[in-house]
This record gives sequence, C-alpha cells and structure tokens, in this order.
Amino acid sequence: MAKTPLQFRHNGRDVAMFVEGGMSLLSALRDEIGDHSPKFGCGQGGCGACTVLIDGEPVLSCITLAETVAGKSIETADGLKTGPELHPLQAAFMDNFAAQCGYCTPGMLMAAKALFDRNPDPSRVEVIDAISGNICRCTGYEAIINAILAASRRGARRA
Amino acid sequence: MLELRKDIFADERDDNLKEIGKPTQRQDMLGHVTATSVYFNDHKLQGMLHLKVLRSPHSHARIRRLDLSEAERSPGVRRIIRGADVPRNLNTLLSLINFGKDDEPALAVDKIRYKGEPIVAVVADSEREAFEAVAKIRVDYEPLPTVFDVEEALKPGAPVINETYPKNTFTYHDIYDHQKIRFGDVERGFAAADHILEQRYQMSPIEHAPTETNGSIAAPDTNGRYVVYTSTQALFFSLDTCAKILDVPSNKLHFIGGTVGGGFGGKVDTVTEPLSILGAMLTGRPVRYMIGREEEMLYCAPRGAERIFIKDGVSRDGRILARQFRCLFDSGAYTRLSSYAAVKCAAHLPGPYTIPNVYAEVYCVFTNRVPATAMRGFGVTAVDFAIECQMDKLAHLVGMDPMEFRLINAYRDGDMKAHRREAKNTALIECVQVAAEKAKWPMRDEFKRMSSLKDVGAPRAATPAPQPARESILVNRPAGQQRTVYDRPAPPPPEPIRPTPQPPLSSPPAAAPSHGAIRFSSVFGGRRR
Repeated sequence: MAKTPLQFRHNGRDVAMFVEGGMSLLSALRDEIGDHSPKFGCGQGGCGACTVLIDGEPVLSCITLAETVAGKSIETADGLKTGPELHPLQAAFMDNFAAQCGYCTPGMLMAAKALFDRNPDPSRVEVIDAISGNICRCTGYEAIINAILAASRRGARRA
Repeated sequence: MLELRKDIFADERDDNLKEIGKPTQRQDMLGHVTATSVYFNDHKLQGMLHLKVLRSPHSHARIRRLDLSEAERSPGVRRIIRGADVPRNLNTLLSLINFGKDDEPALAVDKIRYKGEPIVAVVADSEREAFEAVAKIRVDYEPLPTVFDVEEALKPGAPVINETYPKNTFTYHDIYDHQKIRFGDVERGFAAADHILEQRYQMSPIEHAPTETNGSIAAPDTNGRYVVYTSTQALFFSLDTCAKILDVPSNKLHFIGGTVGGGFGGKVDTVTEPLSILGAMLTGRPVRYMIGREEEMLYCAPRGAERIFIKDGVSRDGRILARQFRCLFDSGAYTRLSSYAAVKCAAHLPGPYTIPNVYAEVYCVFTNRVPATAMRGFGVTAVDFAIECQMDKLAHLVGMDPMEFRLINAYRDGDMKAHRREAKNTALIECVQVAAEKAKWPMRDEFKRMSSLKDVGAPRAATPAPQPARESILVNRPAGQQRTVYDRPAPPPPEPIRPTPQPPLSSPPAAAPSHGAIRFSSVFGGRRR
C-alpha cells in the first residue's frame, strides 16, 4: 500500500514518518513514534482515552486521520512534565487521588489542559463540561473534578 | 474469635499499625499521572504478529463444514488455528479447584452455543490482514433451536445447550441439580401468616465495559518458556488455566501483568491468553490478541442475569414468618463462574434477617446467551436487590416504616440462621440506625435503643415457637389471612397495627399489565418525606 510522508510537531519536537492511508493519529503516535501515553479504548470516539491536543484543541486521536495533522502541533500526556517536574495538573491528580486504574488518566489530563490553556480559572460546571467526553469506568469523576479545580488558579488561591 | 499470631515473623513485622483513617498514596499513582504505567498493549515486540478470531453469527448451531482454503492464501497470514490445534480444547475455569466439569472449548469444534463464540483464530502480520483472512473463512452451519430464557431451559424437552450438562443445570456434588436450603417448615409459616407476598425479580446482564479491552501478548522466551503480557485480573489463575489448556508445565509460562485498565470482574475468564500463547508456540513469534470494543461489549462475559422468585409470609405486627426462594441464575452457554455465584447466593439467603422458616432452591441454568461471569459481588448483589425490594413492599403491606420493619426482623448475635449457624458479630441494626440518622429519617426511641447484641436494648419481636404438626394445615388457614398480590392496591389492614400514629403512606403502584416484575423506581413508592 502506498505510504504518504507526514511531518508534525510532537510535544515540541519535529517528527517525520511515512503513514499508510487510513492510519489514525492514535496509531501514528503509538506505533510510529512510540508515544504510548494516548490509550486505545474504543476506536470509535466514544471514550476519550485517546485524547490529545492539536494546536491546543482536544481531539480524539483514534478517529483523526494521521494525514490531517501535517504541520500541526500535537501535545500528549507524555509531554506534560517539564524535565522531572510534574505539571500542576499531574500533581493535583496525585494529591486528590484522581486515578484508579489509570487508563483514562492521560485523556483526562489533556482535556483538562485544553481547558486551562483557554480558561485558567474555570468553574466546576466548566470543568465538568471539559471532561464530558472522557469516560472513567472506575467512576472516579468527583476526585478528577476536584483535582482539576485544585490545579486551577482558583484552587491555587485557596491553598 | 480471631486470633492474631504475632509470634510469627515477629522480627519482620511492624506492629505500629496506624494506616487506617488517613490517606496513603497508591504506589502506581506516579505512573498513572505521567502516563508511563505500562499496560499490556504498551509492549511492542520485534516481529509481533496479530491474532483475530472468527466468531459465530448464530446462537446455537452445528458446524457442518469449515473451509479455510481461501483464508490460508490471504496475504500476511502466518497461521490459522483450529480447535484441533488446541492441546486440551475443553476446560472450565474452576476445575483448578476441582469444581465443575470441563465444558468449554477454547475454539468451538462441532457446535457453537452462543452468538460470538470463537471458532477459528488467524495469526497475521497486521490486524488488518488478520481481519481480512477471517472474512474469507467459510463455515457451513446447521442452526439448532435456541433457548434464551432460564425457565424455558428447565422445561422438559428443552434443547440441550451444553452436552456436559444435559439437564441444562450445573451439577453440584456430582448429583444435585441445584443448591437448596431447608429450615423450619415454610408451609406452616405461610399458614400462620396474615399476609402472603409473592414477587418475581429479574436482573439484567451488565457489561463491565472496561476502558482497556481484554487482551494479551505472548512471546517465545529462552529455555522454551513463553512470556505473557496480559490485562488479566487474575494472573496466577490465568497462568494455571493456560498451562492446563496448552498442556505445558506452569513453569513454562511467565505472566507479567497487574496493571489493568479496569476489570470489575470482566478480566478473570482467561479468554485471550491461551490463543496468544498457542499462536506464539505455532509461529515462533510474539503474538498479540486484543479484543475489540465491539467484541468486548457483545461477546465478552457480562454479569449474569438472575430471576428470583420470593414468597413471604408476614404477620400483621411485622414479623416475617416464612420465606421461600426460587432463584434461577442465567449462566449462558458455559459455566465460567456462575456455579460459584449460585453457591454464594444460597449462602446469603435469606438475607440478614432472622426468619424461622426458610426454603430455597438456587439453580445455575444454561442458555444460549453469552456466558456470564464475575462482576462485583456477583451472586449476592442481585439477591440483595430482590430481598430489599421485597422488604420495602412487606413494610408497606403491613403499614410499617421500612427501617423499623427491618430492625424488627434483623438478625442478632445468638440467632440461629437458616444454615444452622449461630449469627455472630451482627451489625444490621446499628447500620440501619446510622443510615436513618444520616438520612434524617425519623425513628422512634425504642428502635434507636435496639442493639444487635444479645439481651441489650428492646426485646426483638418474639418469633412463634414451633407448633405441633397439624393435618390439612393449608385448609385451616386463619380466617383473616390475605393472599396478596402487591401490584394490586393492598386491602386496608384489618385492625390498627401500632399504638403510635403512623405518617401516611402512599398507595402501592397501579397493577402491572402482565407479570409481577417491578420497576426499580417503584421500590420507594412508600417512602415518606
């Protein structure tokens, strides 16, 4: 099958590869680059475990064709840390016990980061809205919502 | 009494036990928040192949002929695996503890018993090529009559689903077709009762729907061993099951797991590992078998659906005099863990209440549905749902507060349970009292003073002493007894029940059109605000 050359930015670094027609962005990230932080949950855009940011917008990478991200900037949960330092969202998830099995966590973090990048001071309702496309089958939503609020400016003020 | 043997490993133990009541960080949390926790599917091995299975489109059919010729020529195919290639192609999960007969093949051979049962596995270079080859397999099926209802499956002449169990019921202790409890004499209890309440409860199958679907990757290792990365919830259980099915010593298998993307009971059935290991054995390469989302939802084992019939006899002052159960567990086409669930169910009856006359029969029934398995309290959850719905209705029937009704009937330390074991360390009364307080549910002082401890607080309502046997006891039913169908408005009680005034209760829901199964929302029809 013919392959197409593809270049994009991945967590701040330029990457290049050849992709097969029909390859998903999730597959390109996991299988071609080796970034396993986005997870496969359903392959149908239903669960949010594969959420990554394209130019800051949260998208479901399992139903995004890899070829459509040429020249764009992709952020995944693997790029959240700065060196050994945890991102405030990661620290808040730890402090608030906001993960059980951990499988939805990378997607939740990216959905929350997209929210923070456009609104660092979200209300509880806005947080709930931001993660409404992400399923936590362990049903740990309260802890996740509390963690995101704790990481926000509002939370930082309270602390 | 629990005895702690503190002399054992005394030099290795820290007796400074103070973890309870304070948060302690999970050891895997840093991996989770940095997205570096390694799930089975995060392993990418050199030369890894992909396995997909052909699933039956029928719920019950004989396999007349299997044509693999076109699939074998399909691009990228490395190996096609049939039932005949599986060393021991018949197993039951609990055979590891000598419970039950082998009844389920890894790959169906002569017959399929549920829709989605795997028949042939294809190992190919890519998932796409594996799927394409699966689509080229030709099967000639002879459809057979199907049974999807537990009561239909028990009728004489019903189609035999699983030939290992020709009566469509699991066999306990080699001879019994169900679990039973006999305690006291329910017929005498019913005869003495003022009201009889018979109800039918039906649970639904529930899919665990873990976000990470079931799967495993197996790879040849040195010294003839196979390393297996798996999503299983039951690592050693799964390892031993694979050793049995593949007929290899268990020390030939090295299972790596523990990081599970949600399980809830849905990852104990060892459905992928035997085939991925066999694929690795037959190709000499790493083989990955990951269940797709659609397969997970449609064909992986759910919580079993249970049908529960309860008949209770209650006196007008709120004592349950007799309780009769008939519980039918829908195991689906194979046993998996439902036989064990039925035992748990029987052990839990008649709920945490002291009832002098109990009669129960619990069946594990085979149907053409997807096999059921473990899920969060399976065997107990459904029967508790039925019992507590029933308790609310009984309270309503005799015009009592549902909390107080439970306290009157609660078991206490020293009571004799239906299993002829003395009740110890009981706490239902205290739990109900705390729940009532938290819910700001009014409860009268005499009930607030009650205790599960023997001889403390108000006396429990006395249960009647066993009466001498009488002839034709059913004919001599007390004149005032009501044979009540709950779904019709209950008749008013024949006399005042309590000395203290009761807040009004709403009337029971209107009659259901056909049967006695009730909707969950009607359970609290009598709740007072």
